[in-house]
Amino acid sequence: MGTPVATATSWRSGWTYKWTKTRVVLLALVGIAAGAYVYRFGFGLAETTNLSDRWPWGLWIWQVLGGVALTGAGFSTALYVHFAGRDEWKSIERAAFMTSLLGYLMVICVYPPELGRWFNFWRPAVFWGYHSALFEVYWCISLYTLVQVVKFGHIFVERVYMPRLGKVVDKAYAPLLVFGIVLPTLHHSSLGSLYVVAKGLLDPLWWSMLIPVFFLLSALFLGPAMVVVVLYLMGRGKREKLPMPQLSGLVRVSGWLMFVYLVLKFADLGARDQFGHLFDGSAQSIAWLVEIGLCAIVPMIVYLSKRLRENPVNLFTASVLVVLGVAFNRINVVLTGMAPSSGGVRYFPSWAELAVTIGIFAGGTLAYLFVAENFPILPKFAKAQAAAVVAEAEAVAAEAVAAPAMASGGVSTEPSSTEPEAVAGEGSAGA
Amino acid sequence: MNDGARPEKGLDRPADPSRRALLKGVGLAAGAAGLSSVLPLGATRALASEEELAKKHAEDPGLLIDVSKCVGCGSCAAACKLKNKLESREDQPFIGPKAKLASSNYTVLRQVKVGSAANPKTRFVKDQCLHCMEPACAAACFAKALTKTPGGPVRYDASMCVGCRYCMLACPFHIPTYEWERVVLPRVSKCNLCEDRVTKGEPTACASACSYGAITFGKRAELLKEAHSRIAKVPAVYHPHVYGETEAGGGSVFYLADASFEQLGFRDNAPDKPIPAIAETLSRPVPYVAVGGLALLSGIYALRKRRGTEEGED
Repeated sequence: MGTPVATATSWRSGWTYKWTKTRVVLLALVGIAAGAYVYRFGFGLAETTNLSDRWPWGLWIWQVLGGVALTGAGFSTALYVHFAGRDEWKSIERAAFMTSLLGYLMVICVYPPELGRWFNFWRPAVFWGYHSALFEVYWCISLYTLVQVVKFGHIFVERVYMPRLGKVVDKAYAPLLVFGIVLPTLHHSSLGSLYVVAKGLLDPLWWSMLIPVFFLLSALFLGPAMVVVVLYLMGRGKREKLPMPQLSGLVRVSGWLMFVYLVLKFADLGARDQFGHLFDGSAQSIAWLVEIGLCAIVPMIVYLSKRLRENPVNLFTASVLVVLGVAFNRINVVLTGMAPSSGGVRYFPSWAELAVTIGIFAGGTLAYLFVAENFPILPKFAKAQAAAVVAEAEAVAAEAVAAPAMASGGVSTEPSSTEPEAVAGEGSAGA
Repeated sequence: MNDGARPEKGLDRPADPSRRALLKGVGLAAGAAGLSSVLPLGATRALASEEELAKKHAEDPGLLIDVSKCVGCGSCAAACKLKNKLESREDQPFIGPKAKLASSNYTVLRQVKVGSAANPKTRFVKDQCLHCMEPACAAACFAKALTKTPGGPVRYDASMCVGCRYCMLACPFHIPTYEWERVVLPRVSKCNLCEDRVTKGEPTACASACSYGAITFGKRAELLKEAHSRIAKVPAVYHPHVYGETEAGGGSVFYLADASFEQLGFRDNAPDKPIPAIAETLSRPVPYVAVGGLALLSGIYALRKRRGTEEGED
């Protein structure tokens, strides 16, 4: 099954954003987060967070670790499509890429409230504390976000007629592709390395010299799961709207990566003689068993069985488990695993911490929906969108010949009667 | 990236042998990258060995704190407040059973109950920065706000600090604290070993304030010698370990006590190896992975471009 060809007219020319009830709620959450943001800057960390000397890192650091892990979709898909010969998965590359780009922008939003002296953020770029894992994280996340913003230029120029920008981003295509793999590989692993210093403090179920490898592998196998979740939700779970052959192939790779991950996890625990701790009934051991048993072994079985994974509901459920499992793993590293060494001091995020985190996720979702409805990123109607934009660009160009100095890009208020989901439906019906 | 209106080439293209070769290449590279990140685990550290470290820092200023001699007057902690112009806060007591390091306490005299139920004893522990030879906080700092100065003290420079608090996570002894209440420009707080005084050969404020001989100021190597000779002289009294000699690679502040350090509330599972050395085994392969990855991926890209598989963005 290839990308279905929809008619060019099924794609509107104006910008659109449909305000459903869910989206209004999401917007309200963004508003609350904005309030918490202002509150944090007006009143300081003690007033707004539950962080303390024994809990210097909390929910917001989880959001950095977890948020970055959730962006694994972009680089894993690009790796398979461009460097492992899986050209047939190209149609979902953009949907994956967008989750990744927005994920990084979301992570960047959490830095200002988290950092005590955020305006000093440029200093590590000048005064190189190169011996710190955080230094590597800092550089790679900054550069990779830049890479992705420029990469978005490819999608942008298909929608907005800007030939000069198009030429620039075309020139940058190859380096962006290569750096777009190397940078995330480095910082996914170095985010794990951050916690290597916590030897003896982080619970041995999670502390390991292999933690960078675990972080990298989990980001890689999480990628396809994230793509499945996003596409399933965008297509409202309808089978015909899911590019099943591509997704099935992608998650199979994830399944094998999870297998490697699990073997390493168990071998590592065995080598450090921690199997006893695993079944001692402590909160940490239960968290580990849920994280690995429910959220890694179960979905791995689904991913590796052709029969199971080709059912969209199974595929979606397994993928949700994977996404939750990796997010839970990061919670366990940042919070659950650090609890025993916290000297009896408890930590639970304050309302402001929760509001900022939830609001940023809500904002990211709204942004994804906007991009999905206005730019050619989803597999089903990417072609149709692109064709419509080409037609529009030609019309604009023709107009420009007659009356120069006008290029498209303004926001049109033209009402639209069809939702993109509906457009996608038409597209697949025509295929 | 999706290539506009053109048909997808990969879809109906038969699996050719060169694709197999590509896959193999990627597999090999991934394996090599994985291996290179695991291999250094067993490798010996390129940094200074324990003896070399001790030799290098033999002349560093340090403190020997003898818990068995302390009467708990607290003048050391008070002197520290005066010297460093730290406020006195009711919610951050610097002496007593609830004393703990905080933004207004670079050092505290913590009261602990030790001994058995039948024979309880009260002891006073002076918590403060150990001024490690290979400090984890300085290695963790990505902005060079924390540094091991050539003179010995581990220095914090607030003007460089980004406020990420990774130093607080990295410190194996939970020493750095934070000015959480400060809305603008919060700082990390920790003992600076009275750097301005010790570099002139003068003792720290706390050491000058102690009139019971519980805090000895001196050079690192000499303090260690003194500590071991005290244990050797009265082995019946002293716990046979000098805390701070080997913990996290060793520091410049040492503790002697007549009770076990675990009972006194010290961390007893601190790694013997310097924390930066542990972290470094992971950061060393990074440049190789980066350069190797860039080279390999560029190669694959060029190959695919020539074969027409990679169409580029148009």
